[in-house]
Amino acid sequence: MEGDIALFGQFIGAGLAAIGSGLAAIGVGSVAANYLGGALRNPSAAASQTATLFIGLAFAEALGIFSFLVALLLMFAV
Amino acid sequence: MATETVALVEGEEPGGLVFHPFDQFEVKPLFGEIGDPVSWYTITNVTFWMALSVLCVIGLLVLGTRGRAVIPSRMQSAAELVYGFVYKMVEDVTGKEGLKYFPWIMTLFLFILFSNYLGLLPMAFTTTSHIAVTAVLALGVFLGVTILGFVKNGMAFLGLFWMKDAPLFLRPIIAIIEVISYFVRPVSHSIRLAGNLVAGHAMIKVFAGFAAIAALSPLSIVAITAIYGLEVLVAGIQAYVFTILTCIYLKDALHPSH
Repeated sequence: MEGDIALFGQFIGAGLAAIGSGLAAIGVGSVAANYLGGALRNPSAAASQTATLFIGLAFAEALGIFSFLVALLLMFAV
Repeated sequence: MATETVALVEGEEPGGLVFHPFDQFEVKPLFGEIGDPVSWYTITNVTFWMALSVLCVIGLLVLGTRGRAVIPSRMQSAAELVYGFVYKMVEDVTGKEGLKYFPWIMTLFLFILFSNYLGLLPMAFTTTSHIAVTAVLALGVFLGVTILGFVKNGMAFLGLFWMKDAPLFLRPIIAIIEVISYFVRPVSHSIRLAGNLVAGHAMIKVFAGFAAIAALSPLSIVAITAIYGLEVLVAGIQAYVFTILTCIYLKDALHPSH
């Protein structure tokens, strides 16, 4: 019975951690949307900012990957 | 660990998952039995694919620069393109002083790029999907950059954490946050690369598992094709991101006062 409750908590926790991935998706979308908005206003400056765009995407995405990692740890390592 | 989960999943719903999506990341010796102990000298699938990606890098650069033609061959163009791309990235981010460390960054970029792309081949093993591999790369960057910062700037390197622009009463708080974020760097640096590849490859295998159900198999083919396209993109972008973050950390070490 106790093992079942632990398993239950593991699955619920992994599911909750997956919400973090969804929130990171909002962050990534926001970075890309703002870049596109800025790029359309001033196309001549857009090319020089692609590196910044990718860094921003990477930072936003990394936090989503962290929550994915927490889900993985709950599923396979606990 | 993985086998237990497979048994559990198969025990609960027979006919569910045919194989586990994480089986592909299992490290096993290439020669000999499955259960053999893995020592540091054992040739495993990780070391094999790592050696293969190193060979590909050497092949691209050695064969590419052998002719040194004025009108480059296809391979020479590819080698020149990669060289120019990384050179420009280092120059843009770190400035002229950073070019001394260009070979290091070029090595990192090509190794990660080739590991990622070789991992996309069917039946291949993705070495960069293991945090052990990426953590060594990221720790190398972290230690190298920290030592370089202290050698180049002495104690002035600590100015990286002491914001001169901020109001005086805020500076200690910002310093604490900066120190924490500095030490989280190698963690996020390595997990970003490994996590992206694990997520992508596991997703492909999850959709491949759907092919066992006849009604879902067309969906499975379409989904795998789409995700594979995304993964080709992610493999390149993650190599680029790892390299450009290395350049940024290098810039911090060379010019700690911003």
